[in-house]
Amino acid sequence: MTRLRQHSVIPGFGLTLGYTLSYLSLIVLIPLSALAVKGGAQPWSQFSEAVFDPRTMAAWRLTFGTAFIASLINAFFGLIVAWTLVRYDFPGRRILDALIDVPFALPTAVSGIALTAIYSQNGWMGRWLQPLGIKAAFSPLGIVIALTFIGLPFIVRTVQPAVEDLDPAVEEAASLLGASRITALRRVILPALQPALIAGFITAFARALGEYGSVIFISGNMPMKTEIASLLIVTKLEQFDYAGAAAIGLLMLVSSFVLLFLVNVGQWWSTRHLRRVA
Amino acid sequence: MAITSRHRHSEPVWMRSLFIGASVVFVGLLILLPVISVFTEAFRKGVAFYITSISDPLAMSALRLTVVTAAVTLAANLIFGLAASWLIAKFSFRGRNVLLSLIDLPFAVSPVISGLVFVLLFGAQGWFGGPLANHGIQVIFATPGVILATIFVTFPFIARELIPLMQEQGAEEEEAAVLLGASGWQTFRRVTLPNIRWALVYGVVLANARAMGEFGAVSVVSGHIRGRTNTLPLHVEILYNEYNFSAAFAVASLLALLALVTLVAKAALEWRIRVEERPAVMDGVMEEVA
Repeated sequence: MTRLRQHSVIPGFGLTLGYTLSYLSLIVLIPLSALAVKGGAQPWSQFSEAVFDPRTMAAWRLTFGTAFIASLINAFFGLIVAWTLVRYDFPGRRILDALIDVPFALPTAVSGIALTAIYSQNGWMGRWLQPLGIKAAFSPLGIVIALTFIGLPFIVRTVQPAVEDLDPAVEEAASLLGASRITALRRVILPALQPALIAGFITAFARALGEYGSVIFISGNMPMKTEIASLLIVTKLEQFDYAGAAAIGLLMLVSSFVLLFLVNVGQWWSTRHLRRVA
Repeated sequence: MAITSRHRHSEPVWMRSLFIGASVVFVGLLILLPVISVFTEAFRKGVAFYITSISDPLAMSALRLTVVTAAVTLAANLIFGLAASWLIAKFSFRGRNVLLSLIDLPFAVSPVISGLVFVLLFGAQGWFGGPLANHGIQVIFATPGVILATIFVTFPFIARELIPLMQEQGAEEEEAAVLLGASGWQTFRRVTLPNIRWALVYGVVLANARAMGEFGAVSVVSGHIRGRTNTLPLHVEILYNEYNFSAAFAVASLLALLALVTLVAKAALEWRIRVEERPAVMDGVMEEVA
């Protein structure tokens, strides 16, 4: 195509192009480039001090570790929930299905204080965990719980369509060839769901890395112990350390871009791969 | 839905019960319990206390800022969503896919960073902070900052609903209208708008929930000035940090109610959109049969 655009009788190309690009630049591109410049254009020594000092390193370990564990828990239960919702009929199925979207819709501050109330030592769950010696609220476990809450819909809503799209002929073939149902699940169905499961896992993980509202109430925010990376940005801003905040923010932004890029590449690869197989 | 008799090779009963049981317990404990607890905690000190808490002047001013912010945000993103989807769906031009990915960018940016970028632009040491302050304009720790951050986090919502639908619908109807002598505006209002109205409402409903409930981004830019730059979610945080738990949950219950209403509206709209799309699906089936 040599021309910039194909001819069309419909009016409004110039107007909508101009408006879309201006608005996009003002709201998204210029602000994000401010982060790239403020974060990236500082002396390396200053950048590395902001990003690698012991307190920040502890926050990175905590943020990535809790996000990873929460996403693993969600991958396991999310797969079961997605399978159950698509394949079985039981009373309350539609309510269960609707509940999955609650973490999307509920403001994170509300989830945060509700989870804290439940898991603090007098709460509905906390009072059972306390005698077992498990401290849920104000500990890394609390952060894992909050991130599991936030991440579940990402896995379920990614795996659900994949379960719906499973080809019944394949399952039939496995059964006709004498595979037991459990073997079929393990050897035929699970591999077919794997791409969706991985995509859901990475999306939930990326979301968990940046989560703030639902975590800061239940975490207790103790430096070196239960302080997540997002909170560190807020702390630095409150101390007017803009460069330090921008450095941490830039690194977080780059990690989530890389993760979501991987998801897109994976989806592109699996559709192309599947098409070739078909 | 996919539950049909075609799944003859189903799991043994014990396994099916195990899966259903695990799902119900997991979702019940993880998701349902917090929702219930919001309302029980809100009414712990009785109905009178609940009503006092939500009608408190500071809560009311937070509600006012939340509603104003959501209204401005939705209007701005609605106009953008219509312009962008018209551009992307009705014309084919170079760089269209790049533009699509750029529109999605804010989805990949975490809440605190969505606020941070505006502090870097308009804060005291920001690019535009100094010059604007000289003219007496304050963005950060003021309403404009709250609105900007909210626009940013909800930026893709409406466009994201409209673009795929309008791409699927193609440009033939609009081309016919223009060739029959309709103006661009008439074409949009009489031809395009009726075709996309439910998707439009759907996008607005989802964007509204996020706009009214946003916490991280708004928290960074607002400065938490009570009665002035406090939104409802921030008000919840302040009350909670003052150990005024019942009042915090009372205000939180308003937001939880908004979330539940949003989910019901979302389900109703999805049903509506499916119903409206059914004739088109049937056409496809008929073509395949023929």
